[in-house]
Amino acid sequence: MSKHTLSVLVENKPGVLARITSLFSRRGFNIDSLAVGTTEHPEVSRITIVVNVEDLPLEQVTKQLNKLVNVLKIVELEPSTAVQRELVLVKVRADNETRSQIIEIVQLFRAKTVDVAPEAVTIEATGSADKLDAMLRMLEPFGIKELVQSGTIAIGRGARSITDRSLRALERSA
Amino acid sequence: MTEQATEAPKPHPRAPRATAPQSVTVERLTGAQSLIRSLEAVGADTVFGIPGGAILPAYDPMMDSTKVRHVLVRHEQGAGHAASGYALATGKVGVCMATSGPGATNLVTPIADAHMDSVPLVAITGQVASPAIGTDAFQEADICGITLPITKHNFLVTDPAEIPRTIAQAFHLAATGRPGPVLVDISKDALQAQTSFTWPPTHDLPGYRPVSRPHAKQIREAARLLGESRRPVLYVGGGVVKANASAELKELAELAGVPVTATLMALGALPDDHPLHLGMPGMHGSVTAVTALQKSDLIIALGARFDDRVTGKIDSFAPYAKVVHADIDPAEIGKNRTADVPIVGDVKDVLRELTAVLREERTAGRAADFGAWRELLDRWRTTYPLGYDLPEDGSLSPQQVIQRIGELAPENTVYTAGVGQHQMWAAHYLRFTRPGTWLNSGGLGTMGYAVPAAVGAKAGRPDATVWAIDGDGCFQMTNQELVTAALNGLPVKVAIINNGALGMVRQWQTLFYNQRYSNTTLHSGPDDVAPDLKGTRVPDFVKLAEAMGCVGLRCEDPADLDSVIEKANSVNDRPVVVDFIVHEDAMVWPMVAAGTSNDDIMAARGVRPDFGDLDD
Repeated sequence: MSKHTLSVLVENKPGVLARITSLFSRRGFNIDSLAVGTTEHPEVSRITIVVNVEDLPLEQVTKQLNKLVNVLKIVELEPSTAVQRELVLVKVRADNETRSQIIEIVQLFRAKTVDVAPEAVTIEATGSADKLDAMLRMLEPFGIKELVQSGTIAIGRGARSITDRSLRALERSA
Repeated sequence: MTEQATEAPKPHPRAPRATAPQSVTVERLTGAQSLIRSLEAVGADTVFGIPGGAILPAYDPMMDSTKVRHVLVRHEQGAGHAASGYALATGKVGVCMATSGPGATNLVTPIADAHMDSVPLVAITGQVASPAIGTDAFQEADICGITLPITKHNFLVTDPAEIPRTIAQAFHLAATGRPGPVLVDISKDALQAQTSFTWPPTHDLPGYRPVSRPHAKQIREAARLLGESRRPVLYVGGGVVKANASAELKELAELAGVPVTATLMALGALPDDHPLHLGMPGMHGSVTAVTALQKSDLIIALGARFDDRVTGKIDSFAPYAKVVHADIDPAEIGKNRTADVPIVGDVKDVLRELTAVLREERTAGRAADFGAWRELLDRWRTTYPLGYDLPEDGSLSPQQVIQRIGELAPENTVYTAGVGQHQMWAAHYLRFTRPGTWLNSGGLGTMGYAVPAAVGAKAGRPDATVWAIDGDGCFQMTNQELVTAALNGLPVKVAIINNGALGMVRQWQTLFYNQRYSNTTLHSGPDDVAPDLKGTRVPDFVKLAEAMGCVGLRCEDPADLDSVIEKANSVNDRPVVVDFIVHEDAMVWPMVAAGTSNDDIMAARGVRPDFGDLDD
């Protein structure tokens, strides 16, 4: 099994997310991570899906996704040619003795302290999944009280834009 | 995201494909009137349905329409299957209509059925008024959510101005590309509100771009593989019927001299008596067709999807064959069996272009000769023909009943079937000579399909004789639609192949469950409950037929068989039901047991064909 990152451009319409996620579950695929937002074109949303599958089932799920009427384009982003980021917000137990050690870790990982209380520090960090895992391992001994993670978002490197390209193709076929 | 509708103008308006450019009309009317006008404009002439609270506004203008005929069915499931029967018999989009909640959920089975068999269907449902959506209102069901996995697409309409566009898009989606069911759920307030009706509407389907023209390089590659092969088979599925490509199939098969096997969904695509037709493949396919695929070195799959009922155990299916797979749905290619040459496209175009390339090769003096392969298949065909033994006790043979119905039926009779033994016998012993004359539930295997599908077929093709071949189990699921048939001038004919049992399940119990017949006997209840009713004919299908305004006939003696069938054929002013009391132990052969290899096909009980060794 290997991880694949799919960028799925969809029409920004009600119910589209449910169509996509239900397709994954009924065809027997697990979603590792999911992130959704609008793009520079307000009528288009972009869904970033990370799945852990072999190549052949991935091809099948991509073809099935392409059949959904509201799906405009699917691009698989390769780790070597794309920037992938996640966001975590983590609340770590802290007292006068440990706070400075925690802040040091925050600086090492170029994270940010976004809230401080007498018994806790809340940290915001972005990065690749590997980097965030490493930071969380460092913070774990202090006691993680609460953790929230976003899904991965990803964008290809270089000047090309998949939204522009796919929208131009749609206009041509109109 | 964005689980909210955007008010922004639609970015990519596209010209409608279904309607030719014409002057645009704009009128003020209600959403309900707009719906009926839209149905008229897309050419829907028949709607099968039942009114109810939420869809009620639509039924008022429906009454005034001179172009749309509404057929009032007795159960919404009947409306859905009738719309499918109409669609398959006419090649047009079938339309069914129901109210919210239970009306809509009763459509779920026929919608799933149409989805599995790629039937162009538009289902229109009423929904509770938009402010009540999500409040568990009376007769509220999230039918868009429920039908999400069983529709090609669905729409919830709460803005009356969107009705014409949505109906136009629904018909376009249902009929183009790989056909399928589309559901349009319209809230009651949208039907009641005043709106403007604009026709033709612009389509807004930027993500829908079905491919129809096949890639020339792939066509040449397919031709090259055919040239190199020695034992090719054309494996023809329902897509060939949907694409109206029978003539093209015949041309290709005859030009190249390649044997054909047509699936349950494709019977009639090539006439049964065509010398290249090996019969049906699959679990109950002919020994020759099943074995031809197993021994072939090249399968050219045309609008077929390597269903498990065709392949048997997929790992051992056609182990020597390379595969050319042509389908309009890219997701079918490589789904179950890897394709060496994938071809995405309309199978009619695929056949035409492949024939053109083969013709060039022929002119250039390059043409493979499959004569030896055809001779081998002919020998198998002679050794292992389809056949049955007549019951020794002198009772009616179900296979013979079906065969005689086929032989005595007028030209161009349309047949429908339920699901089970009678369906397989109908597939074996009726003689299909043209496409669109065999309607059955292949993918979903919906018992009860036959009667409502026959009603729909008759509505679409009133001049054709329509025979429903049904089982007594199936018949008891949907027979109420005979009332619809009787009261709406749709004189269908129904043959109940009555063995007093759920025959196919009983056959499996005979073969795999040590003859323990758990809950498959229909002509009596549990032994200790009503011993006096044992072996009785409850219900009495003749009386039941008469109660529903049909002619009821019964046949128990082989000597009467032809005269009863002829009597049924002579009644054309009312539906006819014939109760054929047949032997309960008849079985469907050949058979590949579920989950086993197609190499292990049994020609009859305990009869394993012997093909010797092929030199590979």
